[in-house]
Amino acid sequence: MGWVGDQIDSLRSMNVRQLLTQTISLGMIITSALIIWKVQQCVTGSESPVVVVLSESMEPGFQRGDILFLRMSKDPIRSGEIVVFNIDGREIPIVHRVIKVHERQDTGEVDVLTKGDNNPGDDRLLYARGQLWLHRQHIMGRAVGFLPYVGWVTILMTEKPIIKYVLIGSLGLLMIASKE
Amino acid sequence: MHSFAYRANALLTFSLTVLALMCAMASVSDNFNSPSPTSQVQVLNINWFQKKPDGDDEVSLTLNVSANLQSLFTWNTKQVFVFLAAEYETPKNALNQVSLWDGIIPSKEYAVFGIHTNSKYRFIDQGSNLRGKDFNLTLHWHVMPKTGKMSADKIVMTGFKLPDVYR
Repeated sequence: MGWVGDQIDSLRSMNVRQLLTQTISLGMIITSALIIWKVQQCVTGSESPVVVVLSESMEPGFQRGDILFLRMSKDPIRSGEIVVFNIDGREIPIVHRVIKVHERQDTGEVDVLTKGDNNPGDDRLLYARGQLWLHRQHIMGRAVGFLPYVGWVTILMTEKPIIKYVLIGSLGLLMIASKE
Repeated sequence: MHSFAYRANALLTFSLTVLALMCAMASVSDNFNSPSPTSQVQVLNINWFQKKPDGDDEVSLTLNVSANLQSLFTWNTKQVFVFLAAEYETPKNALNQVSLWDGIIPSKEYAVFGIHTNSKYRFIDQGSNLRGKDFNLTLHWHVMPKTGKMSADKIVMTGFKLPDVYR
């Protein structure tokens, strides 16, 4: 706790100009993070270029806490691809594999059915009432790469929000109180 | 500059960078693997072939699927997901892909296999186009790595045909 006391002391000893400089540096860091995020969205063509696996429905391939890199291209959707999709009325996107595809001759639109590798049945139970197929507009991206365990940070922060506040609070304090 | 917090921060950033680099290199090493898989599929029996009350055709098959996928495994491979899809064309649909069977190969020892199975998922058409239909049976596989880029490929086996009448 002496460390927190030191930080608060150094905060009090700063003048206005130093405080403003620190605030601007903080703002720059946040803005660059935002720029990187937006550029990612442009490059990968998907709304969220990275997702965290939240359920066990794709085990043993994807465990809870893994992160998936997404990409969305104009290529047609084919069976076997692992897609991330949103169901109307559900906020959490689902990551499952495409098992059936029916593509129209004239319009090129597709009807898609998905299933989690570890689930006994297909995803019709998860779709909105009366919905039998997924269409291209539901699909946010295809999984192209994968990193294990890294997503646990996000899961912890979502399930125990107190950790999020403690982390951001101490980071903010560290940044403002540092003399450089 | 030499406080515990700064040192811990520097250490953490460095170790994360090194880890990320190692994961990327592991993924790149997969590109040096040139796989040569083989497979063979036979339709042993058409169990039944009906038109459902809603107008769509449905067929149930018994299949014999055998394959050697050992060359797909590298040290960075966690598992290979393999599935067999029936692919065909109809007047309304340019492409139909229906997965009939799938399995997970957890390691190289299991990558040579031959199984005798009923179609695991229902082979249902959108419409009534399956009588006398020519179709391909394609064995798809999806290599899921321990870290990094996933890859997929397939072998297309042509020459299958459904009967001209329901049974």
